[in-house]
Formats: sequence, structure tokens, C-alpha cells
Amino acid sequence: MSIQPLLIAAAALFSIGIYGILVRRNAVMVLLSIELILNSVNINFVAFNAMLSDVFLNGQIFSIFIITIAAAEVGIGLAIVLMLFRNRETANINEFDLMKW
Amino acid sequence: MEAIDIFSYFLLLLLLLSGVKVVTTSNVIHAAIFLVFTLATTAVLFILLSAEFVALVLILVYIGAVIVLFLFGVMITRAPLGPNAELDNDQNKLMAAVISLSIFGIFTYILLQTFDSTVVISEGTSTKLLGEILLSRFVFPFELVSFVLLGALIGGITLARKDNALMDEDQI
Repeated sequence: MSIQPLLIAAAALFSIGIYGILVRRNAVMVLLSIELILNSVNINFVAFNAMLSDVFLNGQIFSIFIITIAAAEVGIGLAIVLMLFRNRETANINEFDLMKW
Repeated sequence: MEAIDIFSYFLLLLLLLSGVKVVTTSNVIHAAIFLVFTLATTAVLFILLSAEFVALVLILVYIGAVIVLFLFGVMITRAPLGPNAELDNDQNKLMAAVISLSIFGIFTYILLQTFDSTVVISEGTSTKLLGEILLSRFVFPFELVSFVLLGALIGGITLARKDNALMDEDQI
């Protein structure tokens, strides 16, 4: 198993996530696309860890930290979306243009 | 080509197809279910890359907790559960496709220039060793991450709770 297909698949997953962030209108769907991006970074870390056969397992430990931070981010993000929904009666991010000039 | 190569190419194809479905499907619940597929395929890929503990953490934290949180978020924000044409910004689609394809092109060019087809070695990782490194070499980031989780807990409760004394609905 070589490293190139893994890295290219992770890059493809990253660009799929970028597409989702730009296209989706519902705020929860944007958070789902952010999860895709974080997942592609995890794949890269674990693949490099296996390629270098690192003694200190830096790649795996970093991906565990990324998973933890992603869980915290989802909690805060959904709380913010819930707050916006309570105040504006919608989760559509086109409606949230208060800070747009 | 060995059997494990064919299996991993199949896994990568499945990963990308379910990832595309996450961003293109017009049903909110289906998007969450396809994210489960994507994450499960990633976990199998991690097992192939001899990162068993990370694969189990991915299944426990993402598929166990994050997806449930997403489904709750979808249902609380009363997103229409059936197919929904209003889910996408149609005028952004072309621009988004151009941007994401150009990012993919740049990444692929750089990766193909930088890495030759080095074979990934997978000989298995000892979870005991992972725990020892996590609690010796990485003990400061480990403790820091627990503070991040505490902050997320307090922030989530503070944001999501209803407090009429602090928050005037008319001003926001």
C-alpha cells in the first residue's frame, strides 16, 4: 500500500468539505462539512505516522487531539446554531447578515 | 497488486463517494447517515494503517457522540426532514465547484511532486505504548485539552440555556 493514493484521497475529501461549506445553506450542514475537513486531516496524520514508522507515535496522538477538539467544536457550534434559531426562527445562514456591510 | 491494495483502493473509493453524498444530498438526515459511512470507512482505513486505538476513538467519539449531537441539532432547528430543495445556495454552486476543484488540483500537483510511491509500513501499534507517550511526552497538551473540553461544556450550557433576565429578545 503506497502513500500517494491516501494523500490524494485526503486532499479530495478536503475539497469536498470546502465545496460543502460554500454551497450549503443550513448551518448544521456547514458543521457537517467541517467534520469532513477535520477527518481528511486525521487521515493525513495517521498515514504519515505509518509511513515514517514514528517511535513516538506523534501522528496518532495528534489525530486523537484533533478528534477531541472537533467534539468540543461541534458542541459549541450546535449551541450557537440553537441560539441563532431561537432568536431568528431559522437556521439559514443567508439570513444572518447583521455583520455584513 | 496484493489483495490489501485492492481492498484499500475500494475503501478510498467508498470514502470519497460517501463524502460527495454528504455535501450533495438534499435530505438532512441522509447527509448525517452518509457522514457515518465516511467515518466508518476512515476507521477501517486506520485499522489497515495499524492505528487501532485511533480507529476505536473515532468510532466512539464521532459515530457514538457527534452524529447523535448532529441529529439532535437537525431536529431542534426544525429542518424539514424530507427532501428539501432549499438546502443549497444554487447561485454559489459553480463558484464553489471551481474553488474546490482548484484546491484539489493544487494539492494533487504538490503531493505528486513531493512524494514518490513510498510503501506505508504497518506493523501494529501497542496501545500501552500510546498511553505511556500520551502521559509522559504529551502530558501538558493532554491536560490543556481537558481544559478546552471544560470550557466547551461551560460555553455550551451558557449559550444554549434560556435566561430571560440576561437576554432581552428585542435587542438581538
